[in-house]
Amino acid sequence: MTRFSIPDANPIVRLTVNLREENQPMRMNALNLHNLVLAWIIAAMLVILPVGISTAIAEELAGLGTLPGADDPVARGLAIAEETERRDVGFNNTSANMQMILTNAYGETSERELRNMVLEITEENLGDWSLIVFDKPRDVDGTALLSHARILDPDDQWMYLPAVKRVKRISSVNKSGPFMGSEFAFEDFSSQEVGKYSYNWLRDEECGERMCHVSERTPLYEHSGYTRQVAWTDTTDYQPRKIEYYDRKDQLLKTLTMTDYQLYEDKHWRAHDLFMENHQTGKNTRLVWSDFVFQAGLTESDFTTNALKRAR
Amino acid sequence: MNNFSTTCAASALACSFTAITPAIAADFEVTGFVEPELQVFASHGNVPGQKRFNSSVALEVTAEAFWDNGDQFVVFTPFARLDQNDGNRTHADIRELKYAYVTGDWEFRVGVDKVFWGVTEVAHLIDIINQTDQVESIDGEEKLGQPMVSVSTVQDFGVFDFYLLPYFRERTFPSMSGRPASDIPIDETQTMYGSDDKRQHLDFATRYSNTFEDWDVGVSYFQGTGRDPVLTPGFDAGGNLVLIPLYAQIRQTSIDVQATKDAWLYKFEGFWRRELGEEYIQATGGIEYTFYQIFDTAYDLGIVAEYIWDDRGANAANAFANDTVAGLRWTANDEASTAVLLASVIDMDTQATSISLEAERRFGNDYFVALEARFFENIERTDPLFSFADDDFIQLRVARYF
Repeated sequence: MTRFSIPDANPIVRLTVNLREENQPMRMNALNLHNLVLAWIIAAMLVILPVGISTAIAEELAGLGTLPGADDPVARGLAIAEETERRDVGFNNTSANMQMILTNAYGETSERELRNMVLEITEENLGDWSLIVFDKPRDVDGTALLSHARILDPDDQWMYLPAVKRVKRISSVNKSGPFMGSEFAFEDFSSQEVGKYSYNWLRDEECGERMCHVSERTPLYEHSGYTRQVAWTDTTDYQPRKIEYYDRKDQLLKTLTMTDYQLYEDKHWRAHDLFMENHQTGKNTRLVWSDFVFQAGLTESDFTTNALKRAR
Repeated sequence: MNNFSTTCAASALACSFTAITPAIAADFEVTGFVEPELQVFASHGNVPGQKRFNSSVALEVTAEAFWDNGDQFVVFTPFARLDQNDGNRTHADIRELKYAYVTGDWEFRVGVDKVFWGVTEVAHLIDIINQTDQVESIDGEEKLGQPMVSVSTVQDFGVFDFYLLPYFRERTFPSMSGRPASDIPIDETQTMYGSDDKRQHLDFATRYSNTFEDWDVGVSYFQGTGRDPVLTPGFDAGGNLVLIPLYAQIRQTSIDVQATKDAWLYKFEGFWRRELGEEYIQATGGIEYTFYQIFDTAYDLGIVAEYIWDDRGANAANAFANDTVAGLRWTANDEASTAVLLASVIDMDTQATSISLEAERRFGNDYFVALEARFFENIERTDPLFSFADDDFIQLRVARYF
């Protein structure tokens, strides 16, 4: 409650003090009565307002309590997704390094190193902006991908090819193909806006040491590579812990396990280890994030085609 | 990015550079590749000295230093090739040597740089800032570094670029023993210029580009020494027939447009040019469509169809006056980045055809192998490509990156 106490300089407090001092010697006349009523109203407001604010905050913090019940699985699934998104609002911009370790069915590995910059876009119907720069393998060093994401329409995407210094606007409908030959598709790690799916809560169950909401989500994007996904979202931090991907024939294709969550700025959780296992090919890819920087000082001018050409 | 110790081990230059600039916390990186190449020609050349087999090796190194949060950087990229048979192909070039300064929406660059303009896949008509390094490849995509001062700004209403180009680079040509090459030797000792300033003529270029939803649009202007030489027949000191390059003064306005509609790309680029008192237009455009994940595999198959047009009609200066392009691009999306591009260019007037096949993939983390084959079929004696008619070849390049 202390954070809502009103400092002396607050005009409402000053007004009540003035009223009390002036009212003392006055008789009960219309003006006086008016002042008294006003004083009571203001006093009541002083009591009620902080209570109201703290109640609202408490409701927001205890997101669990506001979830629709099991009798409405669609609303409950949507609410879980909205809560996940709400928990990450306000990250503004981040930069991070990404390492990918690709393992084929014979256990042979190859590596990729990339850097990822993200600018939060809060406008409705628009997704975040991202810039991915490739460092390894060396033959693609300096290649960069700029995405201005949309929710249901294809993103705007440009690719920079450093050998010929060419910026190419590319078709972005193919978000479901292998990204850099890995088991990740672009749609698997690009921004997960609520509006990209419809939801259906299935059950709550234990997931390791935590409890998880298990929801099915159906991509609304027509070019998605999946018929549906099943996502495990923990009930305390509302972060995805595991996702199963079902291919266009509704066969289980891949499982993504997200671990090594770290908290940034007391609010933003980021998984640092993402392990994607392809059940149909026996291949897997481990994606390891490192060097997360929040409020990295990035602005819109760092996500233009000009910035793409100098991205390093 | 390399950590310091690796960089230090990799290059003594890196250490000394970092040592002399201790006050600047610069990210410093040295990368590059060494790439041996083998070429096999299908027939003996019709010029004495031409061989059926050729080997060469190329080396390119890029040293980069970034500081000031990446808002200032220096890039130095020297390139060199050693060729067994062609003295002209044994050459070195500074691809880049530039300093750049970024402040807000503005970017300033000074030094040797490379700039690409255009949208189409085969003919790069409007790409004019850099001279073509013709000995490297006949596809016109290899470029020489161009000295320049440039300013670029990103505004709400689009991107503006301005270039001052103080020094001219002449196109590289294969020597008589080089292949594929012109049957009549190009005599670079007699090179002529439209301006008395010759290489020192100060050229100027500017460009506006912007994105309107699915549309990417650019309008550019260039004034100065044309990059495409006019080759005029003449004689050398010994009285032999030669071709003499003439670099005329030109003024050129160009546009380029691409519409990106789902898996369809619609492309157009063209210019209006004034050269030697003549005005003409060249344009190219077409479509690109990609079938993603064909037959439930990870493979993508793209089709490219373009048309190239020159309003002067068939002429000695341009092999593409009324030509169609048909291409197939297959990408495996595998960990080796395997890709194959098959392209054909057919002259609609003469049916002269050139076919190219490029296949590439990575081996391990550091090797990249590219196999290229080019065939020239049905080429009449009068066609500008006739010199290449007996130069069908297969080329293998194995690059080791570091």
